[in-house]
Amino acid sequence: MSQLINIQPLEPERGNIRASSPEQPSCASSACGKASAPESLDPDVWEKVKNHPCYSEDAHQYFARMHVAVAPACNIQCHYCNRKYDCANESRPGVVSERMTPEQAVRKVVTVANEVSQLSVLGIAGPGDACYDWAKTKETFEQVAKVIPDIKFCLSTNGLALADCIDDITRMNIDHVTLTINMVDPEVGAKIYPWIFFNNKRWTGIEASQILHERQMLGLEMLKKRGILAKVNSVMIPGVNDEHLLEVNRVVKEKGAFLHNVMPLISDPAHGTHFGLTGQRGPTNQELMNLQNRLSDGTKLMRHCRQCRADAIGLLGEDRGQEFTMDKIPEEVAYNPANRDSYRDIVAQERGEHLEQKQSADKKLAVLEEKPTILVAVASKQGGRINQHFGHAQEFQIYEASPDGVKLIGHRKIPPYCTGGNGEDEVLDRIISALDGVQAVLCARIGDCPREKLEKAGIKVSDAYAHDWIESGISAWYSACFSEEKRQIA
Amino acid sequence: MSYKIVVENCTACGACEFECPNSAISMKGDEFIINADKCTECEGQFDSPQCADVCPMPDTCIPA
Repeated sequence: MSQLINIQPLEPERGNIRASSPEQPSCASSACGKASAPESLDPDVWEKVKNHPCYSEDAHQYFARMHVAVAPACNIQCHYCNRKYDCANESRPGVVSERMTPEQAVRKVVTVANEVSQLSVLGIAGPGDACYDWAKTKETFEQVAKVIPDIKFCLSTNGLALADCIDDITRMNIDHVTLTINMVDPEVGAKIYPWIFFNNKRWTGIEASQILHERQMLGLEMLKKRGILAKVNSVMIPGVNDEHLLEVNRVVKEKGAFLHNVMPLISDPAHGTHFGLTGQRGPTNQELMNLQNRLSDGTKLMRHCRQCRADAIGLLGEDRGQEFTMDKIPEEVAYNPANRDSYRDIVAQERGEHLEQKQSADKKLAVLEEKPTILVAVASKQGGRINQHFGHAQEFQIYEASPDGVKLIGHRKIPPYCTGGNGEDEVLDRIISALDGVQAVLCARIGDCPREKLEKAGIKVSDAYAHDWIESGISAWYSACFSEEKRQIA
Repeated sequence: MSYKIVVENCTACGACEFECPNSAISMKGDEFIINADKCTECEGQFDSPQCADVCPMPDTCIPA
């Protein structure tokens, strides 16, 4: 089933690209043979990522992850992190509302698995470092595996202690490891990491970043050697490492990273982080997109990351963590696989249809002559469809449409327009500014007032493709839109 | 001769607990405390006290 994938491994030797297969009709489009073609993923790799929302863009439409915050201890300090900060309303990595023991975590995972049928992945992303706080991470995975054998494990780490637990990781069949790599040059690192704790000593300055860099590279090489998929996360910090991330991208690709995910710095004085307090800003949507586009072929990047909390639960676009706080978790739990099993059957069917639709959508665009490349914002409750009311959306998925096809390139968070049935002008202004560079919005429904205002701001709006597959809706809208333009000119 | 933890600053991450070479640090209720009888300030063991070196909060693991 390798053709279902729509993200692509960074290294060609894993890509196993087949020029054409008998089942695939030959196509005349320029998209043919491109590295992002669905058939470009090795079946073994697809098997590993197909249900992991963070490693497969396709999977993120269907599957949910949960993080358990069992690993609070960390071995480095980053300027964008403040360990004291804790707020239920704040969504960003490292933030968490409650910490738990491995035993509590097992009860929580079982409770969530019984209720959230989309659950496929259990991740440990701190709030400290999963590899440094290894005893708790390991205990949690081992206990959960006994109860829910088919759940995928993943972890996220700064890499300093990764080499110390790589044997355990391999033995426990953890297929996915995310490494945060913000630099490959210790001079840049010194501006991001004030200190690290390594070999019983606190190191500072360039020396600290030199050690961290070496350990990160060692970790990446070890993962590659053992066939464990490595995703590299990089925080884009304007003026500090933004240009440098081109070099990071080059190096991590060379070392065999599977995906590279460039995320914007989240910075606010209220967070109490060094960057927040010293006025270091995060990048704008446009700056982030420009950098992502410059990082070689854009398709090799992860574009669907939502920078979730260390205790997030649910599909990537949502966080149901507050429904499953420890006070709501029963003392005794028993796992019932029925919900998750039946959901998987539904997804298998949906995916088959979705893939066909995607391919025909791309073909539809491929026959168009010279047409512009434009950005389209989609309101979706996931499932791969245009199925959300404009007023309910808290984010738009941003797709790029061109004769080369339709591809996801990111998402933009927005405040929901409808609050208690009424929309607000001020909110609409913020939504319009978040849609900077976007030419059209497709949603399941939209009121007259926001529609007019968006159109006045030069953004086309349509709810004619409600509940269609996203790619089919966009390609139908794009074709209609530009053939209409042609008629008008004629 | 011992270190102590300033509770108001402590994030209870527990890094100090497993770095302490003397098992002098443990959780009591919701707080980490240092057992003064066991603490050696890491003298003769490491260059500097491990709890203070690994602690993410400034001025939180300090001489008692």
